[in-house]
Amino acid sequence: MIRFDQVSKRYDGGHQALQTVNLALAAGEMAFLTGHSGAGKTTLLRLIALLERTSQGQVLIDGHNLARVKKRHIPYLRRQIGIIFQDHRLLADRSVFDNVAFPLLISGFSPRDSAGRVRAALDKVGLLHKENALPITLSGGEQQRVGIARAVVAKPAILLADEPTGNLDPALSQEIMDLFVQFNQVGVTVLIASHDLDLISRMGKRMLTLDKGQLVADSARVTQ
Amino acid sequence: MRRASKTAGAVFKPKRTSLLSWWKHHGLSAHGSALRIIQAPLGNLMTIMVIAIALALPSGLQVLISNIEGLTGGWQVSSQISVFMRHDIDAEQTDAIAEDLRRRDDVNRVDIITPEQALAEFQAHSGFAEALQTLESNPLPSVITVTPSAQATRDGRVGELQTHLASLNGVDNAQLDRNWLDRLAVIIQLAHRSILVIGTLLLIAVLLIVVNTIRLDIENRRQEIEIAKLIGATNAFVRRPFLYTGLWYGLCGAIIAVILVNIAVALLYGPASTLARLYGSSASPDFLGPVASLGLLLLGSILGLIGSFISVSRHLRAVEPS
Ligand SMILES: Nc1ncnc2c1ncn2[C@@H]1O[C@H](COP(=O)(O)OP(=O)(O)OP(=O)(O)O)[C@@H](O)[C@H]1O
Ligand SMILES: [Mg+2]
Repeated sequence: MIRFDQVSKRYDGGHQALQTVNLALAAGEMAFLTGHSGAGKTTLLRLIALLERTSQGQVLIDGHNLARVKKRHIPYLRRQIGIIFQDHRLLADRSVFDNVAFPLLISGFSPRDSAGRVRAALDKVGLLHKENALPITLSGGEQQRVGIARAVVAKPAILLADEPTGNLDPALSQEIMDLFVQFNQVGVTVLIASHDLDLISRMGKRMLTLDKGQLVADSARVTQ
Repeated sequence: MRRASKTAGAVFKPKRTSLLSWWKHHGLSAHGSALRIIQAPLGNLMTIMVIAIALALPSGLQVLISNIEGLTGGWQVSSQISVFMRHDIDAEQTDAIAEDLRRRDDVNRVDIITPEQALAEFQAHSGFAEALQTLESNPLPSVITVTPSAQATRDGRVGELQTHLASLNGVDNAQLDRNWLDRLAVIIQLAHRSILVIGTLLLIAVLLIVVNTIRLDIENRRQEIEIAKLIGATNAFVRRPFLYTGLWYGLCGAIIAVILVNIAVALLYGPASTLARLYGSSASPDFLGPVASLGLLLLGSILGLIGSFISVSRHLRAVEPS
């Protein structure tokens, strides 16, 4: 589903964020991406959603080379990937419901058609009772869950999460990870960047470790 | 795999979103941007008022000028006829002719300018005083100035009177003094040109106001735009609400401009009608007609749309998700 072939990423400042990374994630697989701060986890995720372009090598999604996706077609790629951001990235002046409905609005669903899906997604993350609240009135964990509901509402094939449990307490972190496992169980390919090693190891899933931009360990040992 | 490698990337093309949902998003954008304008009434009202005034000024001037044209078009020449006597006609004969003319009912007033008076005046105003003093005899003729009666003016018999005066014994020629009317025509022409220039400048001002307001709007909603792009919004989707905002600004500004111009005409209605009557015209001032009003609304909307389009294409590209 996701494949990196000899991928390097060098930022404009000259910083080498990723160096010849090879990896492959099968459809329906779930994996964790870990590594020290600055190792390149966020960069790797951004390459998948074409928020950045590779400097060398290629990223393939479902067999399609992202280097060949034209700029004006990038939005349609992003609609097939659910992304969860560490800083939530919610619309501050819209209700929880409208935030979750936003991807559907973008994809051309009318508000009436999307209401059912939005409520189902909110129910899944246990926030149906908060649908009219504004994001700032929610706790960090609740905001994170709104972000998750928004990421899954359009039923993407791939789910990317960047430090989704960044500053949550262990119980809440576990709860959120369990949510990802549930999505994975219905066939979604899930890739989660996190440095919460305790939590990750308890999940018993594949673990990819980055160090200074290089993939130094892969618990599945598929690459290297 | 279906020729996957060949069509690589092609899979991320737009799925045909239905025309209906596209149309619905237009509706949502239009409605949403209108709501946004209403929700922050003061700042937006100021923008709209500036646009309204900028549109009202040239169209108001245009209405004023065409009213003046309409008014003066109905005027008969209520000016003087200068009757130049032949040189061999002396003061007594001139007096006699003037006396005859005073009895005519199509004449309001008759004055005599003797050659001496004419010369004195000429010397006083021409700056050739010294040169004229060296002349042995006065080269200027006697002149009788005839002011036609108001009735004759209204009935359009002034030309007739002029012909009659020119044919009188002892008269060299009779000139209808249209100077000031000709001058007025030139002034009106000048006014038309000025309106064109002022109007063009103000239209550019409207454009710049919209461009800048939308720029600020984009700046304020930067976060929202970034999020939209992050989760797969196309440029067209992001652009749409801003285009509608520009359209609403232009349209609302134009509506207020139409109202302002008509209020101005209404305020001038009484005095202007009186003035027209005094000059023997039954014309009353025109309001901004339905065609002109619609034209102004269209102009405002188009300017708003163009302004927001310029702003959006310049500034939206700069907002890239990070
Ligand atoms: N836009 C950018 N321009 C230049 N350098 C960048 C940019 N983004 C990231 N970098 C650099 O690339 C390296 C990898 O960054 P990245 O954000 O991928 O790390 P990370 O593993 O996500 O770290 P963290 O755990 O702190 O989030 C860092 O050294 C960072 O300074
Ligand atoms: Mg990071």
